[in-house]
Amino acid sequence: MPRKRKQKASSRVSARAVTTVVVMRLYIANSAPNSAKAVANLAAICKEYLQDNFKLEVVDVLEFPQRALADGILVTPSLTKLSPYPSAKIVGNLGDRASVLHALGIKH
Amino acid sequence: MLQALRKIPTGIKGFDELSQGGLPCHRTTLLKGGPGAGKTVFAMQTLVNAIRERQEAGIFVAFEESAQQISANAATFDWALPARSRNKLFTVDAHLSPETVHSGEFDLAGMLAVLKAKQEAIGAQWIVFDGIDVLLTLLQNPIAEMREIYRIREWLADSGMSAIITAKADGSTAEVAHYGFLQFMTDCVISLGRRLEHGVPLHRLQITKYRGSDFVAGEYPVSFGPAGMEVGAPEPTEITHAASTERVSAGFERLDTMLGSGLFRDSSTLITGVPGTSKTTLAGKFAEAACRRGERTLFVSFDEGAGPIQRNLASVGIQLKPHVKSGLLRMYSGRTESVGAEDHLLKLKSLLREHRPRCMVIDPLSAIAKAGGIAVARAVANRLIYAVKDEGVTVLVTAINLGDEPQIEATDLQISTIADTWIHLSYLIRGGERNRALTIIKSRGTWHSNQVRELVLGKSGPLLADVYTAGGEVLMGTLRWEKEGEERARTVQRRAEFEHKRSELQAAEAATHARIKALQQDLARQQTGLTMYASENQARITSTSEREKELRVIRSADKGNGKARPDAT
Repeated sequence: MPRKRKQKASSRVSARAVTTVVVMRLYIANSAPNSAKAVANLAAICKEYLQDNFKLEVVDVLEFPQRALADGILVTPSLTKLSPYPSAKIVGNLGDRASVLHALGIKH
Repeated sequence: MLQALRKIPTGIKGFDELSQGGLPCHRTTLLKGGPGAGKTVFAMQTLVNAIRERQEAGIFVAFEESAQQISANAATFDWALPARSRNKLFTVDAHLSPETVHSGEFDLAGMLAVLKAKQEAIGAQWIVFDGIDVLLTLLQNPIAEMREIYRIREWLADSGMSAIITAKADGSTAEVAHYGFLQFMTDCVISLGRRLEHGVPLHRLQITKYRGSDFVAGEYPVSFGPAGMEVGAPEPTEITHAASTERVSAGFERLDTMLGSGLFRDSSTLITGVPGTSKTTLAGKFAEAACRRGERTLFVSFDEGAGPIQRNLASVGIQLKPHVKSGLLRMYSGRTESVGAEDHLLKLKSLLREHRPRCMVIDPLSAIAKAGGIAVARAVANRLIYAVKDEGVTVLVTAINLGDEPQIEATDLQISTIADTWIHLSYLIRGGERNRALTIIKSRGTWHSNQVRELVLGKSGPLLADVYTAGGEVLMGTLRWEKEGEERARTVQRRAEFEHKRSELQAAEAATHARIKALQQDLARQQTGLTMYASENQARITSTSEREKELRVIRSADKGNGKARPDAT
């Protein structure tokens, strides 16, 4: 039964590829300059390419250091793409848009 | 800076002496050096030691290697922490996987916040940033790099931890500009280096900066052993070995006699000679004698296994096997092919610590010069002998010299100057024979024989025989035997001559005695004759006067006539 359902889901994904929800997590160091830039850069990318088809969690490592440690994140800002597969890790203020889009698997 | 700089020992042998106490407390130390120079080992060993010795917790941030690689490397050393202390060492895997995408600038603000939280959680007093250059070069921006270095410096000062930062450096000029600030911001800078010399890697350590402290400048050799890194710190300039007056046997009686009743306890003895002059036999005899006295002994040989040595020595009556079995004797056979002198030193030092011997043999010490430079081997030989003497061990080392002249040894390891006793073995070829000769070149503080002796190997061990000099030549072997034969023949002849002379004299004496006896008999006879004659004569006189009286009576002469008669005649 689960196998059947999975098949169904995947066929749905391929049919509506454009509307796949991208799940991401952005680690920032509060309002540090590069972190602020990353938040702004990511917001612009999402608006232009993903519309509403994304889920973003922003983690402030100054506030939740243990969480960053558990996730293996030390350099800020860092963006992790959790789904769809393959996952990706991007380090930096996301100023280089082409590399961000490539890593997120967004065609442009 | 009102407070004197406090230093924390690293536990790295030799380094704490060089730095006069260790690393600066609450300050930052920079370790720079090429790949494989031992930066990570130095940093990790310092942390492990802090936990073991003082229960100080530490954080190890690895930028270059993954946490697994770090722990795999650490596992090659005896650094296992007791279970209760394991939570005191925290390794942070900060290396970025190759899949990580770089997009624009980043900074270390987040990382430092995370580390601050961890510091508070475990009460860390130490932090290591291992391979910080790997992260900084990802910034691809010198200004950003400078900014982050500055950020780390501020953070470290604020955290109050003692820190070690390691960075790759190959000594190029580009890097000087690059890490100039890194060197400036740290209080202590240590350079580690690694280079190949004759195919053997040589590790070096140098303290190039130590703010607010004296330090021993100069480059020092580094070696790696089971306990980690060890720095060949210079020996104390003052030699402080106590002088013993106790004597120990050099192996056998005749040699002891030549040395004026043996070797001094805690002294060092050097035996030199060309290959095949029985250096190992003498060394084996020394070791056997030590074991027989019940003293723990260490026998180090190079390029020859313990088994063959035991067998070969047994053929000349030296039995080492029982002592190995009883645990009194430890035999170690080292390989010299592409093993640096420093590594030998480290191994021997650890053997000394393990076995705690009273006597030690290194056969041959000259083997340590086989791989690597001679200068290094010389320094190591010196340090080794001093280290052994520091432990109060009586040591006997052998050295091969390729010429027959003992002076040639002086150009080799130069240990003859520090050895207390120097015995030289050589071959003498005379009359188609090769014989071994033993001489004592020096023996400090004791009378010793200046004679050359022939070393003879019998089934019951080495023996020393007197040599003969004839016509200015030393005689050995068969020539000695012939000489001894002649000497024996002469003795026999002399004895026979003496016997002959004695019997002659005895005969003469007997004859004289006989003559004396005869004369005495004559004398007695003559004396008797004389006595007889005297008494006869008396008798005659008496009888004459009696007859005259009778005659007078007969003739009736008066008394007066009788008296007047003698006057008339």
